[in-house]
Amino acid sequence: MSDSPHSSRNRANSEISFMVNGERKLVRAFPMERLLDVLREQLGLTGAKEGCGEGECGSCSVLMNGTLVNSCLVPVLQADGASIVTIEGIAAGAQLHALQEAFLECGGAQCGICTPGMILAAFHLLRKKPDPTLEEIREGLSGNLCRCTGYVQIFEAVARAARGAETTSS
Amino acid sequence: MNGERIVGSAVPRKEGREKVTGQARYVDDMVLPDMLYGATVRSQIPRGRIEQIEFGPGIAWGEFVIVSVKDIPGKNCIALIGDDQPCLASEFVNHPEEPVLLLAHRDRYALRKAVEAVSIECESFPAIFTIEESERCSEIIWGSDNVFKTYCIDKGDIDEVWSKAAYIVEGEYRTGAQEQLYIENNGMIASYDAAEGITVWGSLQCPYYVHKALMVLCSLPAEKVRVVQMETGGAFGGKEEYPSMIAAHAALLAIKSGRPVKMVYDRAEDMAATTKRHPSRTRHRTAVSAEGKILGGEIEFTIDGGAYATLSSVVLSRGLIHAGGPYYWPSVRISGKAVATNAPPHGAFRGFGAPQSLFAMERHMDRIARVLGLSPIEIRRRNFLKPGEMTATEQVVREPIDLEKLLERALGLSDYHAKRERFARENRTRTERKRKGIGIAAFLHGAGFTGSGERYLSSVVGVEGCADGGIRVLVSSTEFGQGTKTVLCQIAAEALGLRYEDVTIAQPDTMQVPNSGPTVASRTVMVVGKLVESAARGIRQTLSVAGLIGDSYSADEFRAACRSYISEHGQLRSWAQYEPPPGIFWDDQKYRGEAYAAYSWAVYIAEVSVDMTTYSVSVKDFVALQEVGRVLHPVLAIGQIAGGVAQGIGFALYEKVIWQKGRMQNNQMTNYIMPTSSDLPPIRVFFEELGNVHGAFGAKGIGELPMDGPAPAILNAVEDALSFPFDSIPLLPEDIFEALSGRPPEIESDLASAAQ
Repeated sequence: MSDSPHSSRNRANSEISFMVNGERKLVRAFPMERLLDVLREQLGLTGAKEGCGEGECGSCSVLMNGTLVNSCLVPVLQADGASIVTIEGIAAGAQLHALQEAFLECGGAQCGICTPGMILAAFHLLRKKPDPTLEEIREGLSGNLCRCTGYVQIFEAVARAARGAETTSS
Repeated sequence: MNGERIVGSAVPRKEGREKVTGQARYVDDMVLPDMLYGATVRSQIPRGRIEQIEFGPGIAWGEFVIVSVKDIPGKNCIALIGDDQPCLASEFVNHPEEPVLLLAHRDRYALRKAVEAVSIECESFPAIFTIEESERCSEIIWGSDNVFKTYCIDKGDIDEVWSKAAYIVEGEYRTGAQEQLYIENNGMIASYDAAEGITVWGSLQCPYYVHKALMVLCSLPAEKVRVVQMETGGAFGGKEEYPSMIAAHAALLAIKSGRPVKMVYDRAEDMAATTKRHPSRTRHRTAVSAEGKILGGEIEFTIDGGAYATLSSVVLSRGLIHAGGPYYWPSVRISGKAVATNAPPHGAFRGFGAPQSLFAMERHMDRIARVLGLSPIEIRRRNFLKPGEMTATEQVVREPIDLEKLLERALGLSDYHAKRERFARENRTRTERKRKGIGIAAFLHGAGFTGSGERYLSSVVGVEGCADGGIRVLVSSTEFGQGTKTVLCQIAAEALGLRYEDVTIAQPDTMQVPNSGPTVASRTVMVVGKLVESAARGIRQTLSVAGLIGDSYSADEFRAACRSYISEHGQLRSWAQYEPPPGIFWDDQKYRGEAYAAYSWAVYIAEVSVDMTTYSVSVKDFVALQEVGRVLHPVLAIGQIAGGVAQGIGFALYEKVIWQKGRMQNNQMTNYIMPTSSDLPPIRVFFEELGNVHGAFGAKGIGELPMDGPAPAILNAVEDALSFPFDSIPLLPEDIFEALSGRPPEIESDLASAAQ
């Protein structure tokens, strides 16, 4: 078990430096340790959740250099030098992001466990397509599973946030 | 005081902000000092006798805490209804995921290796895996006949109806196991202190179920066991009973190690070992008049309970009572049986037996319609229950329900007639690659515990005044997405004429909150909500008697009164306990009487398209119309229905548990497929309010209802598209391929067997 994270973590043999929610972070970790575990256990950012551990459910989604990734599939070494955004970095202080407000108003969050990943997926979608069609929303969120909502109110929330952003910018 | 203004409005979810910012605390987000991780070693074989346990080489076993059945301080069982399920196997194992040994270590990676290094050597016994194998009794694995429970509902004289029938229609219907697939896996943290006793924090639905199980297992008095619910990431029934098992395991490891122990399952273990929806088989034999009136029938409902009794008797009971659907049966005999197999015990999942028996009823109605040459609409219309008539358990329908009106509205909303005609025309031109169909399901769902259940529970609810003048609700009812916290606070605010913001709710913690019963059975709003309303009014009365408020007051005057009462008396609390409504009668022996205080009613319509190249079915439109009493929170209510419909679509078309010798083989999200955002149709949700008197401000149960209708509506639509009756779910493309390329359609044989 020489290459298990367990035996090597004690050596903490790699130094990883990256930006997390706009702050520079330096951690020592086993290179193959999951980004998800480093975020949750070393940085205390528990908003990213483990739902399946194999990249199917999307509840561990974070943004890495602007791309939506499943942090359970990313070895932390790969994040060296990267810029990471987690759910904790979406609101501006006490001011919620338009997506967070819309999820609250539309019922996009029920049990809340998929919500951080879902909001990041929606955030990513709106960056690429500020005014998505319903079909684009369905497609854009299809990597993030939700068992509570049937997605209907999540679609509404994303559409509302998109409309809101449009109104503000015009 | 104003008129009603908080119930019925979409106030913000109490814990919503924490959820959208990632601050909500689930059990896996919690770490205690010196905490160990725990893991479970399971039997691997479906049935046998444990001969020897070997600890393999290459592991520093001295570093591990190891718990076996010998370390259990009290009774080796997970106390629930009966006590037949052991916490850890001692001599015999009865299913392949049966816990045998527990390990704990500070490093969870080391733990995983160690679990693999333990081998449990067993003498294997023959095992049984299906309802039919269990019925044959070639092996007796439970009791004297493999039967956990039987019930029979007998109304009228069923033996007389057959000779009067113009048609006798028979059918057999099956449903598969279904995994709840909450996105947060099951998990618990336990800590032990000789003076304080056991504390567990976890993902769970029913704090007092866990509390009772730990008292029995650890031989501890009530005050030495504390159960705290953490934010819970979905449950759907899947966290009703199994959390007691995990809490028990974590507690044993914590007692032995003297350190806190976290046990959080990974997805594979959660899917394989924890409970699923009971697989079922329902047989119908129905006597129908020439005019299409049901004269009577026999319904046999059988469920596979897995290896231990757990909740099967109550699942059976609910399934049985719902088996006749929302129809009038002059005579009916409904017999039910829960049988044992060597699979992990099946358990609670939204609907609790009703989705299984209602699937059968609603498919059978379409079969009756076909045999009689009536439309699916007409056969239902001619047999709907009406106010004043009696259900199968001889409960008089007192609610002002009008199923015909619901039906008409749903037909209009879905454009049913025009679509049905157009699809039939288009399907005839065989050049089309896609065939389309539209199907309907009408159904009901009883709210609250069945029969005398609520009387036995005797739930207690508290409301207290806080030092800042606000009000706090004290219940053990848990939030796991449905909106428990929000709606109970709305009810208290409404009852007291306060603002929603003036009311908070305690996190369920058995040291802090009374036992308001389990959070199951669509009972929270109707039963617990009514008690919250009553306890809240007690607070107002106390303040009024103390002369601190008059008949009318503002929220700020109320807060001031509350503050001054507390500064003078120290505490302001009011309790309410469940009392059965007058005139309620239920006979547990004969299964007769008021099965539920109220029912919710619905008509759902599904439109499907079947790809004739891939045989995949997709749902194109879904109309869900229901009567659930007063809708207390429109956004949460729509969320409940849409989410339930999505699970129902999965139940019908996607979610198949592949079994091999009692083990789930596809225990991954990669190969057990739940609907994604691109698989689902627009789910259009509508409510009909008829002025109901039950529950807080007229609300009835809502949570389980939407699970009942989608599967039969979809399969009825598939039959409409393909002119082929499918009677088993999940219905996968390969099933359709096999049926269409092989067997002759059953439609003709049905007609032949009808006694005319």
